[in-house]
Amino acid sequence: MAVLDAPEIEVREGVDRETVETVANMGSYKYGWDTEIEMEYAPKGINEDIVRLISQKNDEPEWMTEWRLAAFRRWQGMTEPRWAMLNYPEIDYQDQYYYARPKSMAVKPKSLDEVDPALLATYEKLGIPLKEQAILAGVEGADASPIQGRDDARRVAVDAVFDSVSVGTTFKDELAKAGVIFCSISEAIREHPELVKKYLGSVVPPSDNFFATLNSAVFSDGSFVYIPPGVRCPMELSTYFRINAENTGQFERTLIIADKGSHVSYLEGCTAPKRDTAQLHAAVVEIVVLEDAEVKYSTVQNWFPGDEEGKGGIYNFVTKRADCREARAKVMWTQVETGSAITWKYPSCILRGEESQGEFYSIAIANNAQQADTGTKMIHLGKNTRSRIVSKGISAGRAQNTYRGLVTMHPRATNSRNYTQCDSLLIGDQCGAHTVPYIEVKNTSSRVEHEATTSKVDEDQLFYCRARGMDEEEAVALVVNGFCREVLQALPMEFAMEAQSLVAISLEGSVG
Amino acid sequence: MLEAVKTQQTPVIEGAPRSARADVQLDARLAAAPAPMTGVTAPARADALARLKEQGLPGPRHEYWRYTDPAPFNAARPAPVALEAVAGDPKLFADVDKLRLVFVDGRFDAAASDDPALAGVEITTLAQADAQPGHWVAEAYGVLEAQGQKPVRRAFAALNTAVATDGAVIRVTGKADRPVQILYRPSDAGADVIVHHVLRLEEGAELTLLENGLLGARGNVVIEADLAPGAKLHHIAAPRAGVARIATTHLFARVAEAASLKSFELSVDGRHMRSESVVELAGDDAVAHVAAAVLGDGDNLRHDDTVFITHGALRGESRQVFKKVLKNGATGVFQGKILVRPGAQKTDGYQISQALLLDEDSQFLAKPELEIYADDVKCSHGSTTGALDETALFYLRSRGVPRERAIVLLVLSFLADALEEVEDEDLRAEIAGRLEDWLTAKAQG
Repeated sequence: MAVLDAPEIEVREGVDRETVETVANMGSYKYGWDTEIEMEYAPKGINEDIVRLISQKNDEPEWMTEWRLAAFRRWQGMTEPRWAMLNYPEIDYQDQYYYARPKSMAVKPKSLDEVDPALLATYEKLGIPLKEQAILAGVEGADASPIQGRDDARRVAVDAVFDSVSVGTTFKDELAKAGVIFCSISEAIREHPELVKKYLGSVVPPSDNFFATLNSAVFSDGSFVYIPPGVRCPMELSTYFRINAENTGQFERTLIIADKGSHVSYLEGCTAPKRDTAQLHAAVVEIVVLEDAEVKYSTVQNWFPGDEEGKGGIYNFVTKRADCREARAKVMWTQVETGSAITWKYPSCILRGEESQGEFYSIAIANNAQQADTGTKMIHLGKNTRSRIVSKGISAGRAQNTYRGLVTMHPRATNSRNYTQCDSLLIGDQCGAHTVPYIEVKNTSSRVEHEATTSKVDEDQLFYCRARGMDEEEAVALVVNGFCREVLQALPMEFAMEAQSLVAISLEGSVG
Repeated sequence: MLEAVKTQQTPVIEGAPRSARADVQLDARLAAAPAPMTGVTAPARADALARLKEQGLPGPRHEYWRYTDPAPFNAARPAPVALEAVAGDPKLFADVDKLRLVFVDGRFDAAASDDPALAGVEITTLAQADAQPGHWVAEAYGVLEAQGQKPVRRAFAALNTAVATDGAVIRVTGKADRPVQILYRPSDAGADVIVHHVLRLEEGAELTLLENGLLGARGNVVIEADLAPGAKLHHIAAPRAGVARIATTHLFARVAEAASLKSFELSVDGRHMRSESVVELAGDDAVAHVAAAVLGDGDNLRHDDTVFITHGALRGESRQVFKKVLKNGATGVFQGKILVRPGAQKTDGYQISQALLLDEDSQFLAKPELEIYADDVKCSHGSTTGALDETALFYLRSRGVPRERAIVLLVLSFLADALEEVEDEDLRAEIAGRLEDWLTAKAQG
């Protein structure tokens, strides 16, 4: 496709320059390279010994090992759910590695300076520098951003997870000054057992579902966040997940606790190399939000989607749930799902506290042979609770994209409100877009509204763009970005840019 | 019809694994059912029985039974109802000029019915047709029902095909000059009615079918309607006036090129009702409208509308309009689906489900689904649930309208969109009038 010389682009009102530029800079999956690094693996397959081994590798106390084993025993009696509109071959759970870590991580580095340069280079290449003076990539080039000059807004603490282990966490000391605990979950289990014991599994119990139970047994690392009462986290926190090893599943576990009156914005990113065989990723994210606290959780999911024929790619089975446990707690999920061969993901909100609020903003893009079945659950239990769902699904190629959601108003959740909007866009006549909402209203004073539309890319809009000199792919990307605008605007600055260009990249080859 | 129609992608939706208990239940249910007819419909009945035995009766964990407990339909026999409470025919359609077919406890009553002679329409009963070698019903009976078992299984429709005792068999070749009414009457307090109507509308034929009355202690109605190109079927069902009752109804329709199906249901006071519409737009430019106005008043009362509309050809238009007014612990259920098959371009699919909850105890459970495999389509659905608009109520009261009357007016205006789906103005006025009487009586009671 034609690469436009950015400065020559005439940018009209209502068409922002970044969009046009990112469209011009489109490429295929950028993160498909792998890092050559010596790894050590646990033996292939899963059994009690593997579970014990993972626990032992993380130097876990006895109670944690038992917790995992109980989950594993339960998992053995469970069957994989197949109700989603996803079609994938049988997964052989014994034919993969459940633990892989770089050899250089055998002795835990005391600081980032001791981390293997090959690993640091990996993150550097991904645009995630693990040096504190550096800023998160994606902000580069955002010179026109209104928050320029506000250094605080740019600083992002990163926990970098490479296959089964956390490589390092930045800004830990500075965060500690504010009382914020941000570390890997394995470290939290050792250093803050009282918090972990109290909250781990309290939102997503080990018995929750097949994939969550598997995760409870074999999770190897992930991030832990605790924001003390009244603290506004001084910077954005983020975790970057990288799968590198072949035939290896990644099972991370994230636990975020926002104590009374606190505030945190958390970002999550993920990529993986191009491989011919599919890889399993089964994560659990638990968020506990106490009185008056607010958590914003944003994800840009860009796992390798498999090739055009549907070979390889990540099978992404994720359980994410936030519990607004006390009054006026607020949680906001924002997700941009562009990667993975299979996506099975329903970030949910339990609105238990009175006047608590849940929001879900999602863009899910499926191209080529990708399949996505994603949505949210808003479970209204407390009085005067509010929720809002805005979902934008885009299907292209031969992809199938399903929104699946639940809104339930319990009898006691009086005077509650929900608004749901699900829009689907189809590009091409070989793909599918589906909507499966469940709406359960069990009291009268609550109001629930649900709207959904399915349409194709508007010919008039395309024609307008083409008439202004864009080629067809640029025009489609621009129209799609417009279609997603409401969700893109809900993303933190750091992610909005990346997400916008991802939208364009993911759709490459979908027209013409 | 399109080539692409053959590539059905939806998997069969399975329920939870079958339990031994469910098999025992099915055996008991079949033992209590009437013996199947042995005439020309016998092969179709044997096939339906085999399908039923293969799938079993649904359990509460079956995906399509998550909101309505199938137990009352699974039970071998229904609990008897007090017939004196429902003596006499409903007033609805009493004054309409029509041809009346009466079914008593699920069997045709010739003496109570009009002479089934109507220009452009051939009418017989299932029992008669079954006994007639070479009757066309042999080619039609159970065909659309069997097709409607994919991707969602419908055990009670298969049961109906297997053991139905009677029904109307109607072939329309021209424009029927007056509506045909199917009127149900119970005579036995424990009547477990299983009727199966087969309709064939030939090219350009037109028919209005009215269906009302009281089925019995439990009812199971299947209508199979095959619409040839350009045919028009207007179906108005209002069989549910009176005391507590339990019924499953299925409408299976195939709509050919430029044919049109309009089906409207009025439901008041059903006890445990499951009403399914399974419609395939098989030819280009086909139209299907399915609508219902439901009034549910009372504890343990449940009305479930389950709709599955498949667009299998070009430029199809479908509309689903479902309105439910619920009070005193009533539960309304809506499971609606629009499936657009690959190649069914220029489809216009619309679906709206709305519930008005008049008190704290009532609930509305909805699953409005879209499954779309073609890009040049316009499909949307909306669903809202809420209480009466206090501002509107205040406005009416401030104009001197008493509270009870104001509520009746607001409920009627809420239901108006569904009533609009009744094309014939006289019939619409008749239904609206009965609805208003019923609401007024309820408000005063």
